[in-house]
Formats: sequence, structure tokens, C-alpha cells
Amino acid sequence: MSVLSMKNIKKSFGEKHVLKDISLEVNKGEVVSIIGPSGGGKSTLLRCATLLGTVDDGIISYNDSDVTYYNEKGVLCYQKNLNRFRKTFGLVFQNFNLFPHYNVLKNITDAPINVLKRDKKEVLEEAKALLKKMGLEGNEEMYPCDLSGGMQQRVSIVRALAMKPDILFFDEPTSALDPELTGEVLKVIKQLADEKMTMVIVTHEMSFAKAVSDRIIFMDKGLIVEEGTPQELFDNTKHERTKQFLKNYGNI
Amino acid sequence: MDLLTIIIKMSEGLTKTCAIFFLTLIFALPLGIVIALLRMSKIKVISKITQFIVSVLRGTPLMLQLLAVTYGPYYLFGFSVSRDKLIPVVVAFAVNYSAYFSEIYRSGIESIPRGQYEAATILGYSKFQTFIKIILPQVFRRILPSITNEIVTLVKDTSIAFTVSYQEMFTIGKQIANSQTSFTPFLVAGVFYYLFNAIVAFVMGKVEKSMNYYKI
Repeated sequence: MSVLSMKNIKKSFGEKHVLKDISLEVNKGEVVSIIGPSGGGKSTLLRCATLLGTVDDGIISYNDSDVTYYNEKGVLCYQKNLNRFRKTFGLVFQNFNLFPHYNVLKNITDAPINVLKRDKKEVLEEAKALLKKMGLEGNEEMYPCDLSGGMQQRVSIVRALAMKPDILFFDEPTSALDPELTGEVLKVIKQLADEKMTMVIVTHEMSFAKAVSDRIIFMDKGLIVEEGTPQELFDNTKHERTKQFLKNYGNI
Repeated sequence: MDLLTIIIKMSEGLTKTCAIFFLTLIFALPLGIVIALLRMSKIKVISKITQFIVSVLRGTPLMLQLLAVTYGPYYLFGFSVSRDKLIPVVVAFAVNYSAYFSEIYRSGIESIPRGQYEAATILGYSKFQTFIKIILPQVFRRILPSITNEIVTLVKDTSIAFTVSYQEMFTIGKQIANSQTSFTPFLVAGVFYYLFNAIVAFVMGKVEKSMNYYKI
């Protein structure tokens, strides 16, 4: 069963066609990485998938229920209640976007308690367990500004996980971190991959993408140029454009 | 009239000065948020009308607005001017200050990074929850120095109530000054305002400090 399905997605900003007919499916337990040059449409695709942006055309579905549909006049519409779908996914931002006025624990537990209306005690216990798992034990009372970028990003991963999403999106999760801190975040994502968390990762970390993904998508100019297993894409590259892009990353 | 008598007489007006001050804040601070939101409305007409009203409130003297609120109903509809002028004074002050506050709120709201809204949306917070729980607390933190500025001005502006003979501290002082041909009441008023604002500065400093538990 596919957790996320996007069919024939099109999106333009004015005259600029950012997404030209993109289709992709992500199955349960699958880790998909999206790579490609900046401005190729990766982030836009992620924003559309997470409903932060709207598509001009195409069907998005989560767990086989459609977010977008065509009405009787053939016009593309979004379902009324989008929060129903938002419960199925989480997003980890490039810039973390933690709430600066909440401490670590409240950042993680506030939405499960006040949005999902779950039992407070249960949520707190789960949050503490997650923090421990992510090596953040003892930082519950800290504020985001007291933490390193790597720790902030791990907190934001915990925040997303606390909502128990079926699928987790990452938008260049390490791009705002210095190289020393990148490792600790990638390790955590790898750990989630080993636990069969369904994930879509937009990244520039090629060796990481190769190590962690079941499937890699190379996007350029609003199109999926090539997709396949890490071995197919990195060691058996078919398209010239992909080769050219990967060459810039040296031997990986 | 000796100094002590002047001070005692003027102190009697301080209750009314405080009434203007606190009532204005109680009404203007929330009203400012509402005006800021209307000003930022996506509906053009609402935003434009609000912008115009704010420009009038900021572009004309508070004294004039006070006179209009107090005596306007008499000239326009023949209503008698109420003896107790607290209501028109507070209405004029609250509306005028809410216009200034609204612009401060707007600058604060617009300074919150879009990522905060996006993170809240992804986590499923409703628009109302996002504003109340995520955005507004950060806005307060950011705009507090500007708000303090306005509050300090408000302390001094309460003296404008003398134009409608509302018996607050400055009005009484002015009456004594006229009847006694003395400048002393004005000096006393100056000291009163200064002390009042010293307290305001102290309190606002505490409030600011209490919000400093996180960096922006």
C-alpha cells in the first residue's frame, strides 16, 4: 500500500513551470531520497506534498484517500478538511522552526496534547523516551536557543515523531548545520530508516542518500530525470544529466 | 496656599489620572490586536478602511479627538454632555492609543518568520491556536520596548484630559495655578509624572526581564 501517491503533479509560479508532470509513490517502510540541483523543484515538490503549497494540477493521496480531486467541471479542488491529512505526515525543516518560547519538552508535547487531544501523561512519557533515544536526555527544560543546531534539529525530528506520522518528510535537514553537526542528525535519520520509518528526504548529502535510501530520485528542471536504487543511480547512471550532476560530488 | 496643601489637593486627582491610564491600557492593548489583524486582512476593503481610520487617529491631535468624543454627541444629536467625563475620556484615549498599538503589533506580527506558521500548520494547529499560542507570545516579546514607549507617553498624555475639565491631577493643578497665580502646581505635576513613569519603567523592566528566558 502506498502511503503517499502523487500523480501528474504540475505547478507553476507565473510563467515559470516549477513542477512539470511529476508522479511518485512512496510505500510503507520505504526511504526515498530526492536529489538534484537547486531550483530543480525538489523543495516545491515537498511543499506541495506537505500541503504548505498548492498544486495546479494532479492528484495527491495519502493512504489511498485523495487530497485533491477534480470536480464535475473538471477543476482541481482540495478537500475541505486538510488537517485530517496533516495527521498522516510530519515535516522536518531545514531551519528547524522550533518554537523559541517553548522549552524542548513543550515543543514536542504541545501539539500531541492540544491538537491530537491525547492523554498528557502518556504523551510526556513517550516524549521522554524519544528524547532518550535521540541522545537528548536531560535537555527537556532547555530552550531551543540554548541548543546547538544539531541538537535543535534532533529535537525537531522528535517533535515530528511525537505526532506518530505515517510518513516523515525532510527538507534538506542538514543544510543549515556545519559539517561537524551534520553527522549526529544523519545518524538519527539512519536509525529511523533501520526501524522502517517511511521517509522522503530532500538532501545534498550524496553518500548519506546512498547509504540510507531504498530508492533515489534525481530531479532537474521540474522533472524526474532518473530514479532507481542507490546502486542503479550512483553506480549505473543512465542519463547524461545525472552523470554530470553526480560528477560534481566527486567519487562517492 | 502652601506646598503641602497643593500636593494633597493634586494627589486627590491622581485616582482619576490612574483611572484614565489603566482603563486606556485595558481597552487599547487588546483593541490594538484586533485593529492590526483587520489592517492585515486579505480582504482589501477591510484593510484599506482600517488603514484610513488608523491614519486619521494618528494624524489628528488626541486633544481634538477628545473634544469630539466629549462634545460631538451634543452638537450632532443634542445629547446632553454627561457630568462624569470618564467615559468619553477613556473612549477617546483607548481608541487613539489602540491605533498606535495596532501599528506596533503589526510590525511585530510581520517580523515573525514564516517558518513558525508553517511548523504550526504542519503540526495541525488551527489558525486561532497558531496565533494565540505560537505567534502572539513571540510578538509581545519583540514589541515590548515599543509598547513601553507608548505607555510612558500615555502617562503624560493623561494631562490632556484637562481640556474637557475632567478632574484629574493636572486639571486640578492648573486650576490651583490660575487661582493662586503660582507656577508651583506645574512643578508638582512634573514631579508626579516623573515618579509615575519611574514606576512604569521599573515594572516594564521586570516584565521584559521575565520574557528574556529565551533568545529570539
